[in-house]
Amino acid sequence: MTTPDDLAHQEQHHHEAIEFPDKPEGPIAAAILAGGIGCLALGLFTTLAEASSSFSDWLSWDNDVGPLSGKTALAVIVWLVSWAVLHVVYRAKPFETRRALTIALVLVALGVLGTFPTFFQIFAPD
Amino acid sequence: MHFTDREWWTLIHGMGFGALFLLAFAGGLAGLYSLRPAWITPAGLRERMRRLKVGVVTMAVAAWGTVITGTWVVYPWYRDPAADSPRSVLLADEATEDWHEFGMEWKEHVAWLSPILATVAAFIVVYYGTNLIRHERVRRTAIALYVLSFAFAIAAGAFGAFITKVAPVI
Repeated sequence: MTTPDDLAHQEQHHHEAIEFPDKPEGPIAAAILAGGIGCLALGLFTTLAEASSSFSDWLSWDNDVGPLSGKTALAVIVWLVSWAVLHVVYRAKPFETRRALTIALVLVALGVLGTFPTFFQIFAPD
Repeated sequence: MHFTDREWWTLIHGMGFGALFLLAFAGGLAGLYSLRPAWITPAGLRERMRRLKVGVVTMAVAAWGTVITGTWVVYPWYRDPAADSPRSVLLADEATEDWHEFGMEWKEHVAWLSPILATVAAFIVVYYGTNLIRHERVRRTAIALYVLSFAFAIAAGAFGAFITKVAPVI
């Protein structure tokens, strides 16, 4: 019969047999923060496009798609550029992922707010 | 019995990439959830990690495929200025205009948050690999982002399905 001690021993043995390559958490924190920045950027561009018709026109990078083409492409560019910059900054640093997640969740929430019609339509010119 | 080109593209956008997204999410979530020290043997780990990486990367690719085909292929037909386009049809009736003013306006934007967050979750899994077993906090972070990505996709997908019922792209 297997005892709890046997199970604990087995688990320890398993752990010893698994390879855990040493990797810093910095790149993970950078990716998480950049994801939040990308989401915030989309919300910001969506609200700004509603508030300013000239900005909305400028965002019409494709006539068939309209301003959505510029909003989404620009948000993706902001996300990728911020990811690259943050990756370089944090690649070897032990930045806590919990802190990064908290910041990113706030940025994502603001991004969702910016894409929410009831919110961004407040800024539409009369 | 046939589909028009537009109907094919809406199928690829919603049911093709959408179904792949759902399948990949289920597999990826199960893999992430069960990546616990007590449930893993060295022999099973290699296969499990490979499946997990395939699952999360597939979900990210499916999410990108969904938003790219939705925005750049299907959406122009939806917003066509012609009187019989779905957007024109919805806005022509007070009873249906909110499907555009709220439903479509939110869906077309919020959907783009999904591939961004799915890519971040996929990056964490691919980059950190077996370390996720030891670092519970990072594994939970990946799960949170993964589920959040799914939630945004579900919100966008649900409005897409409802709007298609009311005013389909034909």
